Amino acid sequence: MAAPFVTLDQVSFDGRGHRALDQVSLRLSARSTFILGPNGAGKSVLLRVMHGLLQPSAGEVRWEPMSAAWPSGLAAGTPVGVGDTEKIATKTLSGARKPRLAMVFQRPVMLRRSVLDNVMYGMAAQGAAVGMAADIAQRAPAAANIAQRAQDVLARVGLAHLAQRPARVLSGGEQQRVALARAWALKPDVLLLDEPTASLDPHAVRAVEAIIREIAAAGTAIIMTTHHRGVAKRLADDIVFLHHGRVAEHTAARQFFDEPVSQSGRDYLKGDLE
Amino acid sequence: MTSIAASFADAFALTLSLDAQLYAIIALTLKVGITSAVISAVLGAALGAGVAAGKFPGRSMLIVLFNAAMGLPPVVAGLLVYLLLSRAGPLGAFGLLFTPSAMVIAQVLLITPVVAALSRQIIEDAWREYEEQLTSLGVSRARAALTLLWDTRFSLATVGLAGLGRALAEVGAVMIVGGNIDGVTRVMTTAIALETSKGDLPLALALGVILLGIVLLLNLAAYLLREWSVRRYG
Repeated sequence: MAAPFVTLDQVSFDGRGHRALDQVSLRLSARSTFILGPNGAGKSVLLRVMHGLLQPSAGEVRWEPMSAAWPSGLAAGTPVGVGDTEKIATKTLSGARKPRLAMVFQRPVMLRRSVLDNVMYGMAAQGAAVGMAADIAQRAPAAANIAQRAQDVLARVGLAHLAQRPARVLSGGEQQRVALARAWALKPDVLLLDEPTASLDPHAVRAVEAIIREIAAAGTAIIMTTHHRGVAKRLADDIVFLHHGRVAEHTAARQFFDEPVSQSGRDYLKGDLE
Repeated sequence: MTSIAASFADAFALTLSLDAQLYAIIALTLKVGITSAVISAVLGAALGAGVAAGKFPGRSMLIVLFNAAMGLPPVVAGLLVYLLLSRAGPLGAFGLLFTPSAMVIAQVLLITPVVAALSRQIIEDAWREYEEQLTSLGVSRARAALTLLWDTRFSLATVGLAGLGRALAEVGAVMIVGGNIDGVTRVMTTAIALETSKGDLPLALALGVILLGIVLLLNLAAYLLREWSVRRYG
């Protein structure tokens, strides 16, 4: 197995008097890892702990600095859209950059502003070109550059025509695509997705799936939870199967869907576990 | 019955006659009310945002304090400001007592807690919705607070209008610190109180009807703003 780009070491999480994660140890190295499991298995909590939105009660999450340990193509980072003005200054001591993480949630959080501004907000928050340009004179072109890149990303998720619309009046599927565009515009090394297709109609699920496929193809590692097995079958390299807050198995996707190693994995695929 | 009808008739005649004294009172009322509301809106929204997005010791206590201060009796607020501004008081040197400035200070003291408590609730609800996303984007707390203020601006504006409504309708505090001096600190509410006690019901009624009209317009504006913003921004 390739060297992992993220390692979880005996990670536990206690929330509301209930152990959501129980000594989870994981080493992820695949381009796309899907976290499956019945409701309440701890999938969302696992993503949040990996992202740092939740602090583990015990154990440690370690992201490798950008280097050869990353799946091929990741370290290079294929740029999205035109221009690559940002060189984010998150260097580790060794000089290697820390990986950039972005997350898309089950219910897309749309700020009360236009679709384009939602995408640009994320870029500005990340300290992209506007903040980084040392010279005031460079800021206007840098800002224009951000707007251009946001437009490009919106075009790639098929929403260029809605750029000026208020984001919150869009349909659920469109909002999720805006959330994906906002995350994609950050050029993340890793994209965490928490049930991004839940509560969407089949048409919207396909659109979201296509976008995730494209983001992965552009060199971003995918870590995603889902109840849509079809999506997992088509997109996953690896499957992490969680049950009662523990890792029941971590196997290649083909192996998991053909011949799961764990009993709970078999039960889940038979439909006995939901 | 006839006296009420006659009073109303006189009141309307007065309103239409563009009586200079009447309009000076209305102008001062609006000036004091709007100044107080604007100052309170800025102070209250900033306090509300700070408490909503902040984590610091004594936060819960501060929330209780805001909520309690919403019920601060106006005459007590007036008394406090009176003590502060009176000749012997700590701020006596500024000679503000019985001026419109004193009235603004008293009203700011009354309205700011209302604005702060209501905006804290609004901003905190928005924060609950935004928190994970903003944290994921690596947004600083200061930037998050500004984002929340901007994104709730229409709801906050309606809170500001409610504050203005309270300022215009308030009588106890402005009476104490303003002194209801004719042509200097006489506003609609204090004038109504005075004219009623003197028995000049037509003037009191005219002022009352106009005050009601203004408050009604304010609420209409708040309602329309809300409707529009929901339709526009969701």
